[in-house]
Amino acid sequence: MKKGNSRRSFIKNVSLATVSTIALSGCGSKAFEDFLQQNFRTLTKKEKDEIVKNLELKYKEQYGKEFHVSDEGAIDGTLFGYALDLSRCVGCRKCVYACVKENNQSRDPQIHWIEVLQIEKEKGIDFADSNVQYNPEKVPEKGYFYVPVQCQQCRHPQCTTVCPVKATWQEPDGIVVVDYNWCIGCRYCMAACPYGARHFNWGEPTVPAEEINTEMHYLGNRPRKKGVVEKCTFCIQRVRKGKYPACVEICPVGARKFGNLLDPESEVRYILENKRVLVLKQELNTQPKFYYFFGI
Amino acid sequence: MKEKFYRSIKIPAFIIAICFTLFVSCKNQESVKPEIKDEKKAIQKSDSIKSDKKVEEFAVEAPPFSDGIFPCMDCHANFPPKPERRILTEWHEDISGMFNHDSENRWCLDCHDLKNRDYLRLASGKLLDFKESYKLCGQCHGEKYRDWKVGVHGKRIGEWNGKKEYFLCVNCHNPHSPKFKELTPEPPPIRQEDIK
Repeated sequence: MKKGNSRRSFIKNVSLATVSTIALSGCGSKAFEDFLQQNFRTLTKKEKDEIVKNLELKYKEQYGKEFHVSDEGAIDGTLFGYALDLSRCVGCRKCVYACVKENNQSRDPQIHWIEVLQIEKEKGIDFADSNVQYNPEKVPEKGYFYVPVQCQQCRHPQCTTVCPVKATWQEPDGIVVVDYNWCIGCRYCMAACPYGARHFNWGEPTVPAEEINTEMHYLGNRPRKKGVVEKCTFCIQRVRKGKYPACVEICPVGARKFGNLLDPESEVRYILENKRVLVLKQELNTQPKFYYFFGI
Repeated sequence: MKEKFYRSIKIPAFIIAICFTLFVSCKNQESVKPEIKDEKKAIQKSDSIKSDKKVEEFAVEAPPFSDGIFPCMDCHANFPPKPERRILTEWHEDISGMFNHDSENRWCLDCHDLKNRDYLRLASGKLLDFKESYKLCGQCHGEKYRDWKVGVHGKRIGEWNGKKEYFLCVNCHNPHSPKFKELTPEPPPIRQEDIK
């Protein structure tokens, strides 16, 4: 019995050694470093800065452009909130494509962080009968209204609690983010999200070099790889610099409002205090920071 | 005997090991949890959170006048002003053609000044530069005007806590036909079944 055991363990050891040598020799030291990188939240400022610098070099090599990757933390005293005027949205989908461009979403296979639902007015907010494929000559169509849905940035995000490796979490300014280096692609978070706001890179994402946005954030719009989950971050690379998200700036009807929920003079606070406001799937107690309102 | 003993403690030992791992990992999770400030508390004392950045607001450029139409008095100086309400047939037919802004009850001189065509005129008789046309709109659309002033109606671009540009009423609405025009939608997403 002992003899058989030793042969088995010998074969096991030899094959393990072979596999690991192949694995290690197959990738360069950079990839090995990537492999050993810790969860983003446990890194020191110095480690983060170094990782970010390496990423800038890597992207420069890959796309032949200067990149700026930020690892900026949350601004003190901010809790970001969003409000969308359902009485104004005409369903033109300009936000969808502005978001794709700003956040370097994969063009093929296609990933959209924003989905615009067309719903019959008679039915009210009824997701089962909603249509994202509408494609008339002109919008809005008579008898329909439009509900753009993206990450609702919940105060109680279910997606983060199910993540087995803690690759996704809520930042102090309320933005739910993903560390693409730490994500193992199990897609539990996608199953947990009641809004379908998370998207999986089933294939190697492609972004044309001439269209890539070079202003990046580690937790936001930097290029993803195959097998990781991504989602709306309120344009973390913009809002932490004080700018409005890209979807707010593109909206031709001014239906999208953004601001600091802790600032009593912000536009979102005015809306919460003066307009009729609703959140999607309130009964689930996810407590979104993405509000829908009626401006009229 | 000894083998049996080991076998009997193997399972409990395994369970203890799992419990220990869970305990340790839970502790770790605790330590990396972000410190989200108590929102309610923060809102209560939120007067102190007002952004320290001074909010500056600027109007974006108003849309340009049609070619050669301004200053109006270049032509109008040569015509005696006619205050009677009528449909214009010789001049400004493009505007008469599209005019759809309570057209039953209103016409040019409800907003444009009879004597000085280079200015708009409020109901009070006060003359108003074209750059301040929103004040004229606000006479009737008070609720919209109120929302617009705080940035809820209409559109602003720039910084959420700082310098921003706001669009004027006339940037989005044609004052002679203010209903928002239909738009051509961007292409729909690729259907799941069409993804290769």
